[in-house]
Amino acid sequence: MQFKPFTRSLAIALSLAFLAGCAGKGGTQDGSMDGTGTGTGTAGTGTAGSGQVSGTGLGAGSGQMADSRIPEVRTIYFAYDSDQIRSEFESVLNAHARYLRSNGSARVVLQGHTDERGTREYNLALGERRAKAVERFLNIQGVSSSQVEVVSYGEERPAARGQSEDAYAQNRRVIFAY
Amino acid sequence: MKLLITTWLAALLLMVGSQAQANLTIEITRGSDRATPIAVVPFAGGEALPEDVAQVIHDNLARSGYFDPLPRGAMMDRPAESGEVRYGNWKALDVRYLVVGRASQEGNGYRLQFELIDVSGERRMIGETVTSGQGELRAAGHYISDEIFEAITGIRGAFATRIAYVTAQGVGDNIQYALYVADADGRNSQQVLSSSQPILSPAWSPDGSKLAYVSFETERPAIYIQNLATGQRVRATSFEGLNGAPAWSPDGRRLAMTLSKDGQPEIYIMDIGARTFERVTNSSSIDTEPDWSPDGRSLLFTSDRSGGPQLYRLQLGSGEVERLTFTGNYNARGRFAPDGESIFLIHRGGNGFQVARQELDSNRLVVLSESRQDESPSVAPNGTMVIFATQQGNNGVLGAVSADGRASFRLPAAQSDVREPAWSPFLD
Repeated sequence: MQFKPFTRSLAIALSLAFLAGCAGKGGTQDGSMDGTGTGTGTAGTGTAGSGQVSGTGLGAGSGQMADSRIPEVRTIYFAYDSDQIRSEFESVLNAHARYLRSNGSARVVLQGHTDERGTREYNLALGERRAKAVERFLNIQGVSSSQVEVVSYGEERPAARGQSEDAYAQNRRVIFAY
Repeated sequence: MKLLITTWLAALLLMVGSQAQANLTIEITRGSDRATPIAVVPFAGGEALPEDVAQVIHDNLARSGYFDPLPRGAMMDRPAESGEVRYGNWKALDVRYLVVGRASQEGNGYRLQFELIDVSGERRMIGETVTSGQGELRAAGHYISDEIFEAITGIRGAFATRIAYVTAQGVGDNIQYALYVADADGRNSQQVLSSSQPILSPAWSPDGSKLAYVSFETERPAIYIQNLATGQRVRATSFEGLNGAPAWSPDGRRLAMTLSKDGQPEIYIMDIGARTFERVTNSSSIDTEPDWSPDGRSLLFTSDRSGGPQLYRLQLGSGEVERLTFTGNYNARGRFAPDGESIFLIHRGGNGFQVARQELDSNRLVVLSESRQDESPSVAPNGTMVIFATQQGNNGVLGAVSADGRASFRLPAAQSDVREPAWSPFLD
């Protein structure tokens, strides 16, 4: 998630160039982002430009940089028996939304997973519900439905084994598979 | 392009009908306190045969929970036929029934003679000569076990049936899944399918010739129907979204299943021959895990329309839906008993997820299994036992429990996680 120093300075350079070219576009992008201040997903970008350009401009510009690459964080986690997107992961979703909007030909499969508790077929349905919650979030952010597909694996592909709460928490997830 | 390549890889990894083995061994975990004492005397001449048929019968009867076979070491003598039985010896050991027999080679196969004797009545109940081909000695033992079981209990035996199950080996991105069928005692296993993607929900056709199952081999779930004798298979469904929980109608012509192509997971009935689909549930919640009543008139299914998962019954004629479970806040994956008068299900209570039985007239729910993570109950065709997936340490194993909960056993595999058992119908 964090930009490496080199990338960071590159981002600044690009964002400045970008701002010079089309400052107006940044505004539109922000507007469609459902409160871009929440763009902590691009947390690295926030620090990158501090003091050099205006906040708004930075958000749009460095966002543009990030938008050319698939966001690095591609897994978000869920509470037990829940398909609610936790606030700490909204930034991750925002970053993916930006990437998908900026890259109309990009396709993502949202893989929904559950922990092993409960029955397998019911968990397939719960995993789908999780992935669809993410899909809805992306759609609201302006991502085209044709770019997103949902596949639920239920409890069939655990990331961690065992019956600990920790293993369960690692398994309740949606993965962005590009 | 990436998808295409991985799909090809998955296809290459499929080894339909290969002979890989994943035999299960049986550990009896709880004997029934009501088990009937019986003795299965080693068959005269049996030492020369590659399988100890009397031991196969002994193990089957012990596993059923209905019988408590006498250990061989406790036998005072070893009669080979009813004429040789000294009843006093067996009465002194409190043995109620006695099985005696002879075994010999005949041509390319074997000849087995057995008799079942009522010790207190001092009379022969049944006797038969069974011939078996090479490699069929265990099958002959299962057949004889069925005859004995039915003669004493009045219930048709289910020892000569099979089970299907799924194994998983490895972790993370390197899990290898396989679908097997084996004899009901876990032996004689044969691989049906192997894949680097999940396999689940195997379901036997009512004639025992085919399995329907869910495979993710294309990186999307799809329902397949595979002929076990020929290995030939067809993809029945591959809609967008869920393609899951296949369940055969009693006449074998239709498949109930879960599809989410219209948004929510709903239950559909597929006419297999016509390849047409009829949607039979309509709710804004999850509807899944259908099972047909033995008379084919209704479907049992799981729905969270009340908030959490509970079991419901849909009358196919009227469309009427009735909620069946009210004990606790998690009841799912229901399966009808063969007589249609009770259901087996997964119930979450204070001790986790366990197999339970509920009578449909009284709605009384009884928990049958004992561990915390039990799944996928599947009922023997004679209704006497339920096989299910459970945990032993960090490994998935199969467990079974008698329908009254009194007797139980486990079928661990040597290496892999075992899950998703499905008990076959009677196979004749």
